[in-house]
Amino acid sequence: MPIALLHFALALVLSPMLLSLTHRTKAFFAGRQGAPWLQPYFELGRLLRKGAVFSTTTSWVFQVAPALGLAAAMAALTLLPFAGHRAIIAFPGDLLLFSGLLALWRFAAILAALDTGSSLEGMGASREAALSALGEPALILALGAIARQTGQLSLSGMLPALTVQTWNQAWPVLALLLVTLALVYLAENGRVPFDDPTTHLELTMIHEVMILDSSGPDLAFIEYAAALKLWILGALMAAILAPVSPLPEAPALLLALAGMAGVAIATGVTESVMARSRLNRLPKVLGTASILVAVALLLIQR
Amino acid sequence: MVTQALLILLILTCLSLLGSSRLSAYIRIVALQGLLLGALTLAVHAKSLSTDIVLLALGSTIIKSLVVPRMLARAIREADVRTAARPFLGYGGSLVAGMLLLPVALWLGWHLTLPHPVAGGLVVPVSLYAMFIGLFLIAGRQQALTQILGYLVLENGIYAFGVALLVDYPLWVELAILLDLLGAVLVMGVILFDINRDFDHIDTSRLSALKD
Amino acid sequence: MIALLFWIPVLAGLLAFLIRSDRLRRGLLVATAIGNSLVVGAAWIHRPHAIWSGWLALDDVGLLFLTITSVVFLAAAVYAVGYLAAEGHPDSRRDFKEGVLFSNGPESIFTGGLLLFLATMTVMSMSQNFGIFWVALEASTLASAPLIYFHRHHRSLEASWKYLMLCSVGIAVALLGNFCLALAASAHGHGISLEVAPLLAHAAALDPRWLKAAFLFLLVGYGTKMGLAPLHTWLPDAHAESPSLVSALLSGALLNCAFLGILRIYQVCAAAGLGSFSQGLLTGFGLLSMAVATIYILNQSDYKRMLAYSSVEHMGLLALGVGLGGAGVFGALLHALNHSLAKAMLFLVAGNILSLYQTRTSALVKGILRRAPSVGIFWLVGLFAITGFPPFGTFLSEFTILKRAFDLKDFAIGTAILVSLGLVFVGFATSILAMAQGPTDPGDPTARSPELSGERAPVSAAAPTAILGSPSISWFTVMPPAVLGVVLLALGLYLPAGLDHLLHAAAASLGGS
Repeated sequence: MPIALLHFALALVLSPMLLSLTHRTKAFFAGRQGAPWLQPYFELGRLLRKGAVFSTTTSWVFQVAPALGLAAAMAALTLLPFAGHRAIIAFPGDLLLFSGLLALWRFAAILAALDTGSSLEGMGASREAALSALGEPALILALGAIARQTGQLSLSGMLPALTVQTWNQAWPVLALLLVTLALVYLAENGRVPFDDPTTHLELTMIHEVMILDSSGPDLAFIEYAAALKLWILGALMAAILAPVSPLPEAPALLLALAGMAGVAIATGVTESVMARSRLNRLPKVLGTASILVAVALLLIQR
Repeated sequence: MVTQALLILLILTCLSLLGSSRLSAYIRIVALQGLLLGALTLAVHAKSLSTDIVLLALGSTIIKSLVVPRMLARAIREADVRTAARPFLGYGGSLVAGMLLLPVALWLGWHLTLPHPVAGGLVVPVSLYAMFIGLFLIAGRQQALTQILGYLVLENGIYAFGVALLVDYPLWVELAILLDLLGAVLVMGVILFDINRDFDHIDTSRLSALKD
Repeated sequence: MIALLFWIPVLAGLLAFLIRSDRLRRGLLVATAIGNSLVVGAAWIHRPHAIWSGWLALDDVGLLFLTITSVVFLAAAVYAVGYLAAEGHPDSRRDFKEGVLFSNGPESIFTGGLLLFLATMTVMSMSQNFGIFWVALEASTLASAPLIYFHRHHRSLEASWKYLMLCSVGIAVALLGNFCLALAASAHGHGISLEVAPLLAHAAALDPRWLKAAFLFLLVGYGTKMGLAPLHTWLPDAHAESPSLVSALLSGALLNCAFLGILRIYQVCAAAGLGSFSQGLLTGFGLLSMAVATIYILNQSDYKRMLAYSSVEHMGLLALGVGLGGAGVFGALLHALNHSLAKAMLFLVAGNILSLYQTRTSALVKGILRRAPSVGIFWLVGLFAITGFPPFGTFLSEFTILKRAFDLKDFAIGTAILVSLGLVFVGFATSILAMAQGPTDPGDPTARSPELSGERAPVSAAAPTAILGSPSISWFTVMPPAVLGVVLLALGLYLPAGLDHLLHAAAASLGGS
């Protein structure tokens, strides 16, 4: 339990670092200096010090939603095992609760966006809903496929059960799952090619356009929850990519952290080499994710 | 291991055929399948590589991924069509149908026991799957060109089946099969030109003068 | 001798593409047909040895189908001389059905295609190896597609597209069947080569599961080419739109050769103890084909399509005969011979009617007997021959199959055959009798042409066309069906001992009697 708590604390502290790492990777490829490593923390702090402004058209929903989203993300984090160690909370079937909590986070964000009554934010909410409708099945199927492969029903059981051995036995399945999770990771976190977090044209955005009206601590909550989500989904990929299972505690933790860093850097590389793709192509890309994971599931049924 | 990867890529190419709407994409995907099959020929027989096998792999790759796609690409250029005609079942529907066919093929393939199992038992299901997709394209797509492509996918499935399972089939039979395939596509191609010239389109759903 | 059978049509076919003179090319066509028949005749007297390490050889079944092919081709070749004289020149002409302008394909391609088509069918009947048979079948599709597309208009284009597409798919499925057969043969470690004889010798060592799959795929694949329902849909279109001599070749020779492929795998299955499994499938497909064909014949307004559906029906009957086993196999083989002769004759006569009346609609054709007795008589003879009336050979063969069904106490199947044959007779008789009899219809185009509109008499009274009915009909196009009709009648009255012996030996090799 203490180790699980330590991992939880690590996630809370280090998750904004992932944003920074991705950012620095992009800066490196663009030949720029890049913002300081701690910039995400500065920004969170700056936002927390500010007061919030609420539009008169909004209701209590708009004020509750950011906190709800952050709470959902943190709750999901308590279910997530890290570095081959079980999570704070673990029970058979918790993978459904896990994906439910991620959905709750998205639900809160969409409600808040709709509550502003802004047509622009409504548009973003609708895009978010459309994408998540395609991304969520892929995520649940992928978790189901891991459960089927390892014979475990809890996240804390199945992720540590993935070993180098599993790669040898069922590498096609794991490779397909990895690609699926990568697509889901990019879509859910609003990264290129699904969404461009740095664009300046609100019309083309998905995630950023939904938080135009949020300010102060609310915005900080939202940004922090997004960072946590980056950590959560990244940890899923890292668990497949870098199985730590037979290693002792300290090297396992190092390897897992290296895996997380690898995911963040890979994201940066992807964003450097790819452009944001057209909006009407996105469902196809996410549909591909579902198809890949379905193929993987079928291959396991052997 | 490599064989397995090639077979899984074959499944994915079949699925992407169902989802794409541009004729040039279809041709590229079918050419890619030819490449995969050439590699599959070598991968399956990697332990006992002979000149026959290398010849077969080379011949099939050249015909399936260079000659035939070139011809078809020329056909669409001269006919000046780019996008495929709307299929009976939309692209999403086709993909769903394709996904539903996959378990059927896997189930069938895993229940047909092989005398000497190859490549993790994936060969039979995957070749069956390619055949299913080929038939699906022939039946579900309304364009002469897409029907030819469906026929090619069907042939690819059968080729995968044959090449991976039949170690001691004489080489010349395989070559004859390849040549026949080439001839068939050639004649179909000629007729395709004529259909295009006579009808100003290659939409076979409008080939409907003959019925009872 | 076998090499001769193969090389004569191949070389002649290649030569035909190069010859410029039409007369010379037509002469080559007939000469090749005669040469081919002579070699086949010689094979009857002295059975040739196998060549190419046993891949090509003439056994009893093969010789029977080779003979059928050769006879039908000879008739078609002679007919082609008259046909090409009228249709060969590539000027554009008006389509009788929709009035659009079209031209015919080059005659050299047509003749060359015919000869190569003969070569492929010869190889099919002689091949002992399943791989060779498959290659020859595929090649026959490719050789015959340009024949169907001789009239360059959109309907024949559609027909040849359907033919190519469906048959190619069928052939692909058959290839899968061949692979399954090879798997079945290599199941127990020792690879048995894919010729008929070694497969029969080691039938017990074949893996039954893969052999079943092989039979199923080969039946579906070759059945497509043979015209078994439900994969027969290319057949009526291709038969109706192609020149009549090509229809005669398709129905009289090609369908049989495809049937031979099914017979070969059936032989192997029966030897491996899967007799009842394969017979059940053959019976099922046979009955379905007969039922489908009967329905379409009853409501058919186009006489060439009617003949095409009749081919579907008779192919069903062949499959059914083999499916019943015993004397049914003998009946089926005899019927294959009789049906080929009768159907080839009917299609050739239909070609004459088409050039006389310029329509394929039965209702618009009246009084053939009066206008062109030489055509009308054989149209009537064909009606009774194809519907199995005594004294024609078809009666004997259909009766043998029917008797087998009742001998087996399979009353349902027997009744089904009877009902189907009866209904088909009604369908045929109503349209053919109405076409043959009655006054010459004033509605036909020749009679309607301005200079003849007053008096119809000059056409039929003019001296050279008194019997032929029209200048577009020549002795070349009248004699072949007439000879076929006479042979058919002779076979019904007397089955020569040599033929009888061959049929029995062939039936015995297929597990019948």
